[in-house]
Amino acid sequence: MHEMSLAEGILDLIEDAARREGFGKVRTVFLEIGRLSSVEPEAMAFCFDAVVRGSRADGARLEIIAVPGVGFCLDCGRETLLEAVYDPCEHCGAAPVRVTGGTEMRVRELDVE
Amino acid sequence: MCTTCGCGQGETKIDGQAVPDHDHGHEHTHADGTTHSHPHDHAHGDGHDHAHAYVPAHSHAPGVPVSRRVQIEQDILAKNDAYARENRAFLAGRRVFALNLVSSPGSGKTTLLVKTIEALQGKAAVAVIEGDQQTSQDAERIRATGAPAVQINTGKGCHLDAHMVGHAIGELNLPEHSLLMIENVGNLVCPAAFDLGEAHKVVVLSVTEGEDKPIKYPDMFRAAKLMLLNKCDLLPHLDFDVDQAIAYARRVNPEIEVLRVSARSGEGMADWLAWLEKGTAAK
Repeated sequence: MHEMSLAEGILDLIEDAARREGFGKVRTVFLEIGRLSSVEPEAMAFCFDAVVRGSRADGARLEIIAVPGVGFCLDCGRETLLEAVYDPCEHCGAAPVRVTGGTEMRVRELDVE
Repeated sequence: MCTTCGCGQGETKIDGQAVPDHDHGHEHTHADGTTHSHPHDHAHGDGHDHAHAYVPAHSHAPGVPVSRRVQIEQDILAKNDAYARENRAFLAGRRVFALNLVSSPGSGKTTLLVKTIEALQGKAAVAVIEGDQQTSQDAERIRATGAPAVQINTGKGCHLDAHMVGHAIGELNLPEHSLLMIENVGNLVCPAAFDLGEAHKVVVLSVTEGEDKPIKYPDMFRAAKLMLLNKCDLLPHLDFDVDQAIAYARRVNPEIEVLRVSARSGEGMADWLAWLEKGTAAK
């Protein structure tokens, strides 16, 4: 359940930002989670709620922005959507394709008071 | 709790001791308002990319909390990755070839390590960092070979992270041109995401497991440079399809190298030792 560590990572980024920018409570956390990242959004939401308890982000809404998995097919030169890193190109069936997007795990922004 | 390793809760232990608290000016303020500093015996470069902009507040009514938007645009693993960069720089300075061994529990990592150390005796200096949730049994097995070993107990943690490994490296007096083997917690999921500062991840798949592990746990096989198919001496007794396992691994990671070994019979060990020698010589 590495989502627990990742949730702690999010809280740490929040605390760093709070020191830097001097805000109080956090209302919403906007997260970008790629389809091909090693994060299960439901597990992340569960861990986030547990980890932020008692912090400035206690009760904050977690907004998970799903980023689709995208690859570039080296055979037909087209972009293809990926559900898994080893999916073949949806246009020509070639595999493997080069993963170009969907592996991110980022805190995009915060709504704060 | 510490961002990535949970050492603030006293769960993480290195050789049975809670991670020591010697201040190097890296303080964390925690959810409960407590602040503690993190021990580490080499300097921390912060290495963060901060992009932040203010969105001006809109509420002018007294007593109503003012809300604003703060841009963060930072990777959740930014802290771990900063520690990993430090570990990598430290290891590069000493020309240490570091490998992060990952697998499911029971793949034979520790036995493979013991046999590897025995085979390298007099040829190369090897040090080991052992990661397990509990017990120091693995580190004791390594120490019995005469090689230095540090045991990290992650408590409830399911993986090693770069912060704990940095502490453990500090406990080892790594000689120049040596080999550092980091045996991760047995888990094919969580350790994939955490860079420890190693040169490569090496995934150990024993032939007593299913050949479809690479596509069931693609992140790990995608992150690895080398797959060791271990316990190959048992192949005559099993239905394990070696070619299929390799095909699955290459489907996830076309670049992955594969070696068949048996720590028990010694089969393939020469190839593995040659692979290690090549990596150490390149440092």
